[in-house]
Amino acid sequence: MKIFRMLGRSIRDAFKSVFRNFSLSIASISCITITLIIVALSILASFNVENFTKEIEKDMTIVVFLESNSDENTIRYVTNRIKNLSNVESYDFKDKATVKKEMQQESSIFNTIMEDWNNEDNPLKDTYQIKVKKIEDISKTAKTIEKIKGVSVVRYGAGMVDKMVQAFSSIEKVAYGVVIALVVVTVFLIINTIKLTIFSRKREISIMRLVGASNFTIKIPFIIEGMILGVIGSIIPICIITFGYLAFYQHFDGYLYSKLIELIQPEPFIYEVSLIIVGIGILVGMIGSASAVRKYLKV
Amino acid sequence: MDLIRLKNVKKQYKNGVTAIYDLSLSIKKGSFVFVIGGSGSGKSTFIKMLYREEKPTKGSIIVGGVNVAKLRNKKVYKLRRKLGIVFQDYRLLPKLNVYENVSFAMEVIGAKKDETRRKVLKALELVGLKNKIHNYPDQLSGGEQQRVAIARAIVNEPKLLICDEPTGNLDPDRSMEIVKVLEEINKTCGTTVIMATHDKEIVNKMQKEVISLKDGRLISHIEKGGYNENI
Ligand SMILES: Nc1ncnc2c1ncn2[C@@H]1O[C@H](COP(=O)(O)OP(=O)(O)OP(=O)(O)O)[C@@H](O)[C@H]1O
Ligand SMILES: [Mg+2]
Repeated sequence: MKIFRMLGRSIRDAFKSVFRNFSLSIASISCITITLIIVALSILASFNVENFTKEIEKDMTIVVFLESNSDENTIRYVTNRIKNLSNVESYDFKDKATVKKEMQQESSIFNTIMEDWNNEDNPLKDTYQIKVKKIEDISKTAKTIEKIKGVSVVRYGAGMVDKMVQAFSSIEKVAYGVVIALVVVTVFLIINTIKLTIFSRKREISIMRLVGASNFTIKIPFIIEGMILGVIGSIIPICIITFGYLAFYQHFDGYLYSKLIELIQPEPFIYEVSLIIVGIGILVGMIGSASAVRKYLKV
Repeated sequence: MDLIRLKNVKKQYKNGVTAIYDLSLSIKKGSFVFVIGGSGSGKSTFIKMLYREEKPTKGSIIVGGVNVAKLRNKKVYKLRRKLGIVFQDYRLLPKLNVYENVSFAMEVIGAKKDETRRKVLKALELVGLKNKIHNYPDQLSGGEQQRVAIARAIVNEPKLLICDEPTGNLDPDRSMEIVKVLEEINKTCGTTVIMATHDKEIVNKMQKEVISLKDGRLISHIEKGGYNENI
């Protein structure tokens, strides 16, 4: 019961303080808002990129053809080289007889044509199907494999896709940098807001200390104030991403680049992202105010 | 029984000034003690160490069974809840009225509303300000403001009331009224009162226990007496 009384008091004080230092509160809130909008857009983009990368990763394999009539030694050599590449997740070797059998099973036309090929005049080639770990590096891996002695042709996915994935991943890196910088600026602004609050309440705090308020009681209103700034700051970003993403999704009918990229369904995705955004807002507010309190309120 | 016991207490401030040299004394429960001495004799330093605003450089200070000298920062609030503290400059909150200024002390330690109300009214009655509970500090005289501060100090029913020159800003008549209030609290509630002061007249008139300091040293500690006998 006591804790609720104290908390009620703290929350009341925190709200009062937000309005008392209105201009500085607005500065902090705007900063949080801008930060969170960018964070939200980055999250939307990166979750979507991750989603469709996973989708296409499933079919993205490098297919390697050996030169015709490779002997045992060549096969062993190439297998070894492929196995030792760092970006290779798994590989699947099929000799030309297996390939032929599979093709025959797939269609009756192939079946009749290939029926009387014996192993010597089978023009097909031994193949590897390789899954890679990092799709961004798929072209590098393919080039490396191409240079291996005994390999004739290397094929992999649609060229555009891997370029796009590469582009997205570098955009993502830049976005991370921007977000981190913005978060730091925001934290500093919150520190200053809370500092001013503490300053304007110095007398009150010294009396609180005098009459035996615990450190926790003294600190908690300021921390709540930081959290309130964070929550208010996350309102606009959440509206933007919720309605923005919904409109975006409906406009493109769920796909980008003629069905190549499937967007994540808005529900429950936007709720999850909103939750993350409020969480980040509260956290940033808390970190800012906690460090202000620690520095300027040596209690 | 001793409420306060100091043993070989020394206080040297960070700037190198030594305010108290090797002070040992004890104060009994329920007593009314004046702490006297010239400016810079260490009265405020002594008082501040009692409520753990300052830590002694050496020695032990036992207040109500707790060694305040070793008290950690985080635990100071527990000590403060057992004390009342009054200053020369009242230290009231200008935006709160009389009632709120006193109840503030109860609220921030999480007291219940009805308990707070009962105790605040009782404290204000004791200092004779029950008819002015809706006034703001700037609508009160200095003496009245100081009585609000005293009410705030005793509202939580502390065993010890510490006052650092509570009459410093008041004329002789108002000063006497304040000291009478303190005496009343000492008598009716059994609260131990320690009051640092320059005021010869008051000390002479009251004939109470007197601790006199000079240049940071104890020069006398008598059970009953006035100002002049000690200097
Ligand atoms: N925070 C401080 N830092 C450094 N020195 C201090 C501090 N407070 C007090 N002093 C010094 O300690 C000595 C004792 O000061 P104190 O305030 O205890 O005296 P006092 O008896 O209360 O004087 P007054 O009657 O003027 O209030 C003085 O020399 C003073 O300059
Ligand atoms: Mg003093």
